[in-house]
Amino acid sequence: MAKIGVFVCHCGENIASKVDTGNLVKALSDHPGVEICNEYKYFCSDPGQETVKRAIRENNLTGVVVAACSPRMHETTFRKACAEAGLNPYMLELANIREQCSWVHSDKDQATEKAIEITRSLVEKVKRNNELKPISVPVTRRALVIGGGIAGIQAALDIAGAGREVILVEREPSIGGHMSQLSETFPTLDCSQCILTPRMVEAIQHPNIKVLTYSEVEEVDGYIGNFKVKVRKKARYVDIDKCTGCGDCIQKCPVKKIPSEFECGLGNRTAIYTPFAQAVPNKPVIDKNRCTYFKNGKCKICQKTCQIENCIDFEMQDTYEEYEVGAIVVATGFQIQDTSVYGEYGYGKYKDVITGLSFERLASASGPTAGKILRPSDGKEPETVVFIQCAGSRDPSKGVKYCSKICCMYTAKHAMLYAHKHHGSNSKIFYMDIRAAGKGYDEFTRRAIEEDEAEYLRGRVSKVFEENGKLIVRGVDTLLGKPVEVAADMVVLATAIVPQPDAKEFAKRIGIGYDEYGFYNEAHLKLRPVETATAGIYLCGACQSPKDIPDSVAQASAAAAKVLGLFSREQLEREPVVAAVGESTCAGCWGCVYACPYNAIEQKEIRDRNGNLIKEVASVNPGLCQGCGTCVTFCRSNSIDLAGFTEKQIFAEVMAL
Amino acid sequence: MSEPFEPKIVAFVCTYCTYAGADLAGTSRLKYAPNVRIVRLPCTGRISPMFILKALQKGADSVLVSGCHPGDCHFTAGNYHARRRWTVFRALLSFTGIPEERIRFSWISAAEGAKFAELINEITDDTRKLGPFTQYQELQKVIETQSTY
Repeated sequence: MAKIGVFVCHCGENIASKVDTGNLVKALSDHPGVEICNEYKYFCSDPGQETVKRAIRENNLTGVVVAACSPRMHETTFRKACAEAGLNPYMLELANIREQCSWVHSDKDQATEKAIEITRSLVEKVKRNNELKPISVPVTRRALVIGGGIAGIQAALDIAGAGREVILVEREPSIGGHMSQLSETFPTLDCSQCILTPRMVEAIQHPNIKVLTYSEVEEVDGYIGNFKVKVRKKARYVDIDKCTGCGDCIQKCPVKKIPSEFECGLGNRTAIYTPFAQAVPNKPVIDKNRCTYFKNGKCKICQKTCQIENCIDFEMQDTYEEYEVGAIVVATGFQIQDTSVYGEYGYGKYKDVITGLSFERLASASGPTAGKILRPSDGKEPETVVFIQCAGSRDPSKGVKYCSKICCMYTAKHAMLYAHKHHGSNSKIFYMDIRAAGKGYDEFTRRAIEEDEAEYLRGRVSKVFEENGKLIVRGVDTLLGKPVEVAADMVVLATAIVPQPDAKEFAKRIGIGYDEYGFYNEAHLKLRPVETATAGIYLCGACQSPKDIPDSVAQASAAAAKVLGLFSREQLEREPVVAAVGESTCAGCWGCVYACPYNAIEQKEIRDRNGNLIKEVASVNPGLCQGCGTCVTFCRSNSIDLAGFTEKQIFAEVMAL
Repeated sequence: MSEPFEPKIVAFVCTYCTYAGADLAGTSRLKYAPNVRIVRLPCTGRISPMFILKALQKGADSVLVSGCHPGDCHFTAGNYHARRRWTVFRALLSFTGIPEERIRFSWISAAEGAKFAELINEITDDTRKLGPFTQYQELQKVIETQSTY
């Protein structure tokens, strides 16, 4: 026989002012199965919770309904109180008469009637609740970090530094990411390579980190604490265990005029190449699409040059490796937008209209011009450089709606670097706003203006065209309210930051959410910024939103802290809201198997004592099941049910409304 | 009609998006029609057509099914299943003579408190125009008095 306790909270005046709690108590006291019904000013307070606990003990209650705020607010509070009083915590329901009743209705009679119905229906539900026990799952204390940019490297180092194993997967031949392409970094102007390469080396030499470059994550199975990942190691055609990185093969490669991706096409590379001189690992890779041997079946000069036997292997195939990990950190980074959509800026048409990233390569000491800022067209030093900010950002018509966040800062830096390298420089910056929020950021942009004489023109550029060997930038200065024309030698576009082109496809593969652009969704923008909605998968860096280096590194350390928090336990307790199959009625149609988004349903054989197969039924793996209940609705024979939201519970709840 | 008809609306919602959106309407103190009763489920994928029938049987004049926007489902794909199921089921109900307008479907995220309030007002007004849903009860009476099965 059910003995239900109903506790009506006033929430100060929040509920009591709109709901006649006296009437509510009266109505519920008469409801069948209700043993005790109380009201109190604040049930969530210590004395309030004590009242609930005492009532449970004294009346041997079998279920509790607290008519108060949203279960999203205080379900955990009251579950704990129930457990402390010796009642199974899942024998509790919260009737939401605040957020969904007293706060949204003005008529007291109607609100009271609604509150009574809500509470009554949950009393009917709780009568049919079952005692549930949290599910314990083991935790594999090894992490997978996807992406070897600064965010991924930082997360990997932090996790490894705490004594846990890390698999760091990078799809390019070297780790380092976009940061390795940068010249100096704002706001301190320290050289990117100088601060990044030691970390790259530290990562590859760390005994707890296994770095897999030129590799991609193909499949992710499993769940928090127990993921199984399949990594494809792309054929590199060079055995990196044997290769010493001497570089002889690169010197001898006859295909020398391939535009280097790393140099943004401003420099060349060979068909067997390392992306840049400080690459980690500093072992080459053969570009199959450009290699003469792969194209014509003849050449193999690199192999002949190589002093080590079988180091270069043209027969090499992609290989697959599987790893068991307990947590995944996604740090897949960003790309820059293809600026050719802006025909008016002449990108792609004029060689001297370049992106900000190309400017980084020009300014970089290890770049194609050894750090001299020279025009790509004729190699001359530009006298006047025009920078166009928001070339794609904050432009819903052609570009992206959001602010790319880093462009204001790097444009100021570019103007500064240009002034430092070329005295008497003349840089003009077209901008919409200067967004320099960050430690030392505003001071930095002020310095660009005041000390390095960058001229900021507030307005948009309508057209860039060539005239007498100059690039004429036609725009408007909205502060003067006049059209302006600048004759420039070079134009630098602050291109928008966009997600990786395969970001959405990848998100689906590993089971995380993404926004309208393809940036990955955090569980809560403010309060859970490094977690995804999928337990055990964390985010850091620009794959979540455009970010600068300090933010990426901070977020990476935060993600590592979350992973280490998870790894501090050997067992993980999970909510027992999972599905279960009634094997006696299951017909084995496998409809549920196709419905399940988590591959949590397996086929199970039922045999008699002689080992003869009687039938095959579906079986839910409670570790994998996340409790969505899609399978329950799918089941043709009504054989699956979801703990906490059973058919019986919901029908009773609806029928009491 | 002497006094205005107050419809009853039963809303089956997922806990991650629409339930949270309804909570947000509350924390934002948005006022809306008190005619709705919310049934919380983990995901719209859990919402069985039988729930909708039960609600209609109990006297609901309209039923709402609402969950996360496409691509936002906490459980990856539950809302797609719900949409497919709802489309087919609504067509079936329409075939049996129940007006399609009585079964509504929407996407409301945890950030769309205002959209939730507007939707409830809209459904309440629409249902008021449709009048009380009595077909189920009438049919039940017929079955009880005449049926041989």
